[in-house]
Amino acid sequence: MGKTIIPIGPYHPLQEEPEFFQLVVDGEKIVDVFVNVGYNHRGIEKLSELKTFDQSAFVVERICGICSTSHPLAYVMAVEDILGSDCVVPERALYIRTITAELERVHSHLLWLGLAGHFLGYNTVYMWAWKQREEVLDMLEGLSGNRNNYAMMKVGGVRRDFDSSSFPGIIKRLNDIVKFLQTIKKAVLDDPVLHARLKGIGVLTKQDCIDYGALGPTSRASGVDNDVRRDEPYAAYDRINWNVVTQQEGDVFAKAVVRIVEMFESINMLIQCFNRMPSGPIDANVKDVPVGEGIGHIEAPRGECFHYVKSDGTNRPVRHKVRAPTFMNLPTYKEALIGETISDATIILAGIDPCYCCTERVTVLDCCKGNKEIYSQKDLIRLSQEKTEKLRQRGC
Amino acid sequence: MNKDAILNNIKGKFKDTIKDFSEKSPRRVYIEIDPKDIQDVVKYIFLDLGARFNTASGLDTRSHFEILYHFTFDKLGFIVSIRVKLSKDNPKIHSIASIIKGAEWIEREMNELIGIDFAGHPNLKRLLLSDDWPKGVYPLRSDYKEWDKDAIRDRGI
Amino acid sequence: MSVKLKALLKSPWVFHLSTGSCNNCDIEILDCLTPRFDIERFGMVLVGSIKHADVLLCTGSVNRKCIPKIKELYEQAPKPIIVVAIGECALSRGMFINSYNCPVTLDKIIPVDVYIPGCPPKPEAIIAGVAKAIEKIKKSKLQR
Repeated sequence: MGKTIIPIGPYHPLQEEPEFFQLVVDGEKIVDVFVNVGYNHRGIEKLSELKTFDQSAFVVERICGICSTSHPLAYVMAVEDILGSDCVVPERALYIRTITAELERVHSHLLWLGLAGHFLGYNTVYMWAWKQREEVLDMLEGLSGNRNNYAMMKVGGVRRDFDSSSFPGIIKRLNDIVKFLQTIKKAVLDDPVLHARLKGIGVLTKQDCIDYGALGPTSRASGVDNDVRRDEPYAAYDRINWNVVTQQEGDVFAKAVVRIVEMFESINMLIQCFNRMPSGPIDANVKDVPVGEGIGHIEAPRGECFHYVKSDGTNRPVRHKVRAPTFMNLPTYKEALIGETISDATIILAGIDPCYCCTERVTVLDCCKGNKEIYSQKDLIRLSQEKTEKLRQRGC
Repeated sequence: MNKDAILNNIKGKFKDTIKDFSEKSPRRVYIEIDPKDIQDVVKYIFLDLGARFNTASGLDTRSHFEILYHFTFDKLGFIVSIRVKLSKDNPKIHSIASIIKGAEWIEREMNELIGIDFAGHPNLKRLLLSDDWPKGVYPLRSDYKEWDKDAIRDRGI
Repeated sequence: MSVKLKALLKSPWVFHLSTGSCNNCDIEILDCLTPRFDIERFGMVLVGSIKHADVLLCTGSVNRKCIPKIKELYEQAPKPIIVVAIGECALSRGMFINSYNCPVTLDKIIPVDVYIPGCPPKPEAIIAGVAKAIEKIKKSKLQR
């Protein structure tokens, strides 16, 4: 029988054409994947050469909206790496950096939880998770001034101080989020329909993760024990107690477990930081950047974010290389999707939590009978939700 | 193996090809080698020593092209960067995509943005730029000029 | 004012298009559906196909690869359609004005009716902007 290439519409509810993924299917099973990127390429590496070191931190924030403090933090640490031991970041600034990064991790994982619930047909989880996310965004707005682009990072410290009188209220609201997460944990992780739906789907083996260089929760769910916060500690991570979360199976269920447990760890870290924060200056007052090159890498919600900066003594960088974590995770789709069915395609695609600014649409081309049969993104989500309904009715 | 043992092993095994070895800080090491030996060095660091491939960055200086391959040793917490220098008129190097599957995309990106040729790459097509971008124009080179006559670059104020 | 234009004011169906953005504005649009802001009580629904839409929300600094698709989409949209540009990037490309992959602004490609500034604009600003657009149509200021 001939091969069928089916175009899948966008996997994200809001996106439209053009082709991003092309899945080649034989009947219902996927046999090959082609990936097409470049719809969000804005030439940021070239723009950095026109801006000064301080201005680049603002450009870099707008690479991705969801991990909007990970890129400035990695960039600022790369420039501090050029300065070496001349630049000592003050203690209070280290704790402020940690708090901003962990709050962002919580709101990013809640976003993923809501979308995964929507794809599976659990729209209540979608609404609840995004409602809790609003609470986290309120905390960020109270501390830094904006819900999304916080503009906190600066070479040598942070730009704005936190108001210590607001900490007790924030700790109380964080404990409310923990109660919500415990409800989710019981309802979601013990549900037999979800077990049938997610276990054994989209498996990524440990060897594949090492070959492709996969990062973040995607690889930690397959047993690869890497976390930049523990391997090369930065900010205040070596001053507080926390654990790295790993699972062994590598399927979508394991990825969900890793993300949910990481949220508990993050809130624990936040409460420790709020209680231990010292007083003092927040800026090291860096004036000039000498000749040299530096590397900064941190653990963003999706994996390791890597920046390389080269300077020639003037006030502009010569070269600024940016590598987002999704760039290394995207090629692993080939391994995770082959052999699976179309109705599982959306949840496997959501499993690696691609930053949307790196992903656009998915198209599955159907040319077996010679005509192009297009499934829109709504069709794909509908297929996925119908499968969940069938499993529920069978009484799993 | 600890960090000093790893670095001594690399220095000993490749002493003919290493042109420069500098430990910039306790966690950053930069090694410059001859471009023709890139596959042997990468095989040793990735397969035998078990490092993780991070990314590769290309750079256009006035006199030559330069590629830096970054490898992380996670358990010991330091980064080794392998530097190769290529000539301006014929920038060509052997691809490492057959050893590391995760290096395919970054080599495609360097090929279309800087213009470096990777011999032996399985699929050297365009990754990021659109199809109507002219051939032979490389945005990240230092002599890149705006070629699009219809582009609007002022705010109209 | 035509009957068609009046009809779409009751509960406008909204289609969202991203032309190469950092997705901050897109997440803020999705936030409008969540329980705190909840635009569904006004009857606004996000649709999956342009052929059912009354309002087109655009975000993103226009990417070279996206330009033919934007034109194609606008051709397929049933007229009259209100085009709303959300975020600094859709207004004037913002800080990407010198980028080699973003040649022109959105209003050189398709006609834009409403501009909502912000980076990203808060959900309150987006709802206020769409409400202002509807007010303007009611006063017949928009010629279609």
